[in-house]
Amino acid sequence: MADVTLKKTSPEPPEGLAGFVADWSSDQRAFKQVSWGKAMMWILLLSDTFIFGIFLVAYMVARSSTPETWPNASEVFALHIGGADIPLILIAIMTFVLISSSGTMAMAVNSAYRRARGPTALLMLATALLGACFVGMQAFEWSKLIAEGVRPWGNPWGAEQFGASFFMITGFHGTHVTIGVIFLLLVAHRVWRGDFDLDRRSWLSRGNGDYESVEIMGLYWHFVDLVWVFIFAFFYLW
Amino acid sequence: MGDIRHEANAELPPLEVPDVMPPHAHGWWAKYVFSQDAKYIAVQYACTALAIGLVALVLSWLMRLQLGFPGVFDFITPEAYYQFITMHGMIMVIYLLTAIFLGGFGNYLIPLMVGARDMVFPFVNMLSYWIYLLAVLVLVASFFVPGGPTGAGWTLYPPQAILSGTPGGQQAGIVLMLVSLILFIIGFTMGGLNYVVTVLQARTRGMTMMRLPLTIWGIFTATVMALLAFPALFVACVMMLFDRLLGTSFFMPMLVEMGEKLSYGGGSPIAFQHLFWFFGHPEVYIVALPAFGIVSDLIAVHARKNIFGYRMMVWAIVIIGALSFVVWAHHMYVSGMHPWFGYFFATTTLIIAVPTAIKVYNWVLTLWRGDIHLTLPMLFALAFIVTFVNGGLTGLFLGNVVVDVPLSDTMFVVAHFHMVMGVAPIMVIFGAIYHWYPKITGRMLNEAMGQVHFWVTFLGAYAIFFPMHYVGLVGVPRRYYELGEPAFISTPVGGLNAFISVAALIVGAAQILFLFNLGWSLRHGRDAGSNPWRATSLEWQTPDTPPRHGNWGESLPLVYRWAYDYSVPGAAEDFIAQNDPVTPEPPGGRL
Repeated sequence: MADVTLKKTSPEPPEGLAGFVADWSSDQRAFKQVSWGKAMMWILLLSDTFIFGIFLVAYMVARSSTPETWPNASEVFALHIGGADIPLILIAIMTFVLISSSGTMAMAVNSAYRRARGPTALLMLATALLGACFVGMQAFEWSKLIAEGVRPWGNPWGAEQFGASFFMITGFHGTHVTIGVIFLLLVAHRVWRGDFDLDRRSWLSRGNGDYESVEIMGLYWHFVDLVWVFIFAFFYLW
Repeated sequence: MGDIRHEANAELPPLEVPDVMPPHAHGWWAKYVFSQDAKYIAVQYACTALAIGLVALVLSWLMRLQLGFPGVFDFITPEAYYQFITMHGMIMVIYLLTAIFLGGFGNYLIPLMVGARDMVFPFVNMLSYWIYLLAVLVLVASFFVPGGPTGAGWTLYPPQAILSGTPGGQQAGIVLMLVSLILFIIGFTMGGLNYVVTVLQARTRGMTMMRLPLTIWGIFTATVMALLAFPALFVACVMMLFDRLLGTSFFMPMLVEMGEKLSYGGGSPIAFQHLFWFFGHPEVYIVALPAFGIVSDLIAVHARKNIFGYRMMVWAIVIIGALSFVVWAHHMYVSGMHPWFGYFFATTTLIIAVPTAIKVYNWVLTLWRGDIHLTLPMLFALAFIVTFVNGGLTGLFLGNVVVDVPLSDTMFVVAHFHMVMGVAPIMVIFGAIYHWYPKITGRMLNEAMGQVHFWVTFLGAYAIFFPMHYVGLVGVPRRYYELGEPAFISTPVGGLNAFISVAALIVGAAQILFLFNLGWSLRHGRDAGSNPWRATSLEWQTPDTPPRHGNWGESLPLVYRWAYDYSVPGAAEDFIAQNDPVTPEPPGGRL
């Protein structure tokens, strides 16, 4: 097992399981070079992964235990454009927008590493706009389905758990996106004002004069995107 | 354990995180009410948890009055009885035990024991408490709404939980219960992130994870588990809330009520049970692991001996934590699961007994040839070990499918989980309060009152729960408002039930004495000094008692050794504090 003395007794770190334990239990910090804020975000996302995972499993259970037929997703989510029903077109656009926003977020994080104040703020703003766009299209999708008679307690095409699961899961994800957009705007505002260059302390940052809030925001945003991929696969494509 | 020993003249590694004082609070409100200091938040958590726990205690009295003396107390209607059961269980498990171990002891001990100035996010930590308080208030509010609190049983199984036959099912009771749970989970997550990040990333120099006191290992592992298990309860609560308020049918099959077909259809009540117990079984260990950790420290301090098998204890905690996620369906043997699942879950359940038994052996081996001081914390720690072994052994009965099926839903189950999850952790909470009260307040708790409290509680708990096993074995079902004299019970148990009830009243009264002691000793307790138990861990080495804001004065402590250097041969005293750099020369020289 690991030799846990203050003085390194040998320059070579222990191997195998002992080295693994020594790494994890090392002095002061388990994750070197990881700030408190970033560690917190990772753990929050781990917990949130369980929430989304359990939501999806619960949906699968509901889908497999209902005796009614499950509505056909590619018909339900089709849009009538130019005289033809195009299956899943809106969802495809929404997915494209959200994935693109991950791209602009990654570019914002990259600019933040270079401490480029203007590009960081603008790219975060672009991310927020794409996120808002996604939420807007989701609102359109919801109102279209509601107009067609989909309710949490029933729908014209089959199992009533369809509407319930749909509103619950996309609603929970949409809430995450909305919260993300709000925080993106807040952080972008701070970046633009120069808070992270001026070493200013606030409730969003410890005032250590770096752009880490942008990176932490990025973690959250990429997570929200990743979750959407799973929702897309399990709800719309299945 | 030679490899955990220190090199006194070792160079210290550089500080990896700058030592920043947490911001000072200005004004009375910011300092004492909306405090961001983990020590105040801890006391707020603990006081709120004890207050709501007192409500649950009174509810248990009322239940016992009904069971012991059926028909005597008119105001206890069947509906009220089910409401008492539900609220007693939920309050005790979630709002008392979870909150006091993690929110109370976690907040107080983590920064002090790892050598941090505070939790890493004091503001979020403060929010955690206020959301917890809101959750408690919502729960209490359900006593005052039309129809009263929910009477669905603490497991809230659908479909009955939201139907009109259950008290509060079609009124506000169940809604407030679910909302309160959701709030609790949100508040807990805020605190939990703090506890985990503080342990992982904010330890002082020299404090490797393998030098942490086991208390911290227990609280840390339990918090990680809670962050992964509470999501299941969160999802279950959200879905049931939708079933109740929006008319969805996640958990509701097609039902006919009073000859009328309800609008529900196609849902799976078993899905709720799986979600609930995916949370519910880790929850047992979320309560038990901090208790395991704390009791290890109490035993080491009060037997003046290093903990036996520190590494094994750490691994046992981690393995128990991991295994507890794959045993949940042993709560569902009679739910109509496929027998193969029962086979799987019985196997994992019995495997979890191995690391648990390792811990029990290690506690006993720590005591073996120790210099045992029968102080109050030690008495409670011993009571814990005995009670936990008792409760664990009946767990072997219930973990096996074939034995569980006849015992399921009898008072035997009630006796089992009260022993292992009620009495045992509560014993640790009492021991821990007697142990750390001097650090929190600067004064000792009154010893005479403590002795009365201990003996009445310990013997009384056995007077309550030992006969209850027997009552269950002869076939008395649990959750029955009134038994009468049914043919399927061979022996009349009315006398035993009355005996249990009287014992429960007496044990409950002893807790009032304990609460009185908490207040009385604040003023009149003996002055404790900074380290009354002569303990090694960091919280006893603070420059001030009670510790001030920032905990450590000018500079952070430096840690040179593990937390268990008691009775080291050649040392000047029988303990060496973790931040003490001396290396004692053993008599006769080093080997």
